[in-house]
Amino acid sequence: MPDDELPEGRDLPERDASAGPATANRKTATGPGRVLVTVYAIFALAATSRAGVQIATKFHEAPLAYVLSAFSAVVYVLATFALARAGRAWWRVAVVACTVEFLGVLTIGTFSVFDPAAFPQATVWSVYGRGYLFIPLVLPVIGLFWLRRTARS
Amino acid sequence: MITGFSAAVAVSSVIVAGWSFVLAARGREPQRSLLAGLAVVEALLVAQLVIGVVLLISGRHPGSLATYLAYLVGSLVVLPAGTVWALAERSRSSTVVLGIACVAIPVMVLRLYEVWSGTHA
Repeated sequence: MPDDELPEGRDLPERDASAGPATANRKTATGPGRVLVTVYAIFALAATSRAGVQIATKFHEAPLAYVLSAFSAVVYVLATFALARAGRAWWRVAVVACTVEFLGVLTIGTFSVFDPAAFPQATVWSVYGRGYLFIPLVLPVIGLFWLRRTARS
Repeated sequence: MITGFSAAVAVSSVIVAGWSFVLAARGREPQRSLLAGLAVVEALLVAQLVIGVVLLISGRHPGSLATYLAYLVGSLVVLPAGTVWALAERSRSSTVVLGIACVAIPVMVLRLYEVWSGTHA
């Protein structure tokens, strides 16, 4: 087979020669991290659009649920940007965002199971993200795991 | 929406997604042919936007207009943004990034279809 079967430098950690000393630490947006950022970005888009439509068209129907919907959108956008950037400060923001996201999906998931009346319309976090294949439940765990790994490097 | 066309968009996107994952499993960076595949899917999404707007102008309306427009326009953003992100650091992961962007498309097309047929159901 030709050489292009295995392109040089497909393993990322060694490959990132462009990183300067300031950003060499805590790079979350490299290698598999880029895949994570992609998934986060898709959820940021989904949550933002959903919250935008809900608030613009029927805010009066369930103000609390829609405010929480908007809050989840902010958390996803923040997590996406923080994971996409290098450096300690962004790394910390990402940890906070992923933690809040995890607590949010657990809290809202639990409330939506036990008090469905309070959440007449689904948010991304309703029933632990069932409408999104439970990805919202798994994503912050993977995010925090990835942040722990990048902290060591 | 036209059922056949929506299905074609979704299926073509799934095929390109599968192609991406196969390439990624073989350790490849994104190639020109894969990007051409993405361009085809994006072209179909643009056609979907045109069809969607024409249907609206011709007087038919979806269950929720705002949601419908959000999906119609939102689905156009995913592949170009995913491609820019993937090519900014070329690696095997970039190929996975393209695959994941392609996976999001059939989900959005399905939701778009559901929102559209909300009135007719």
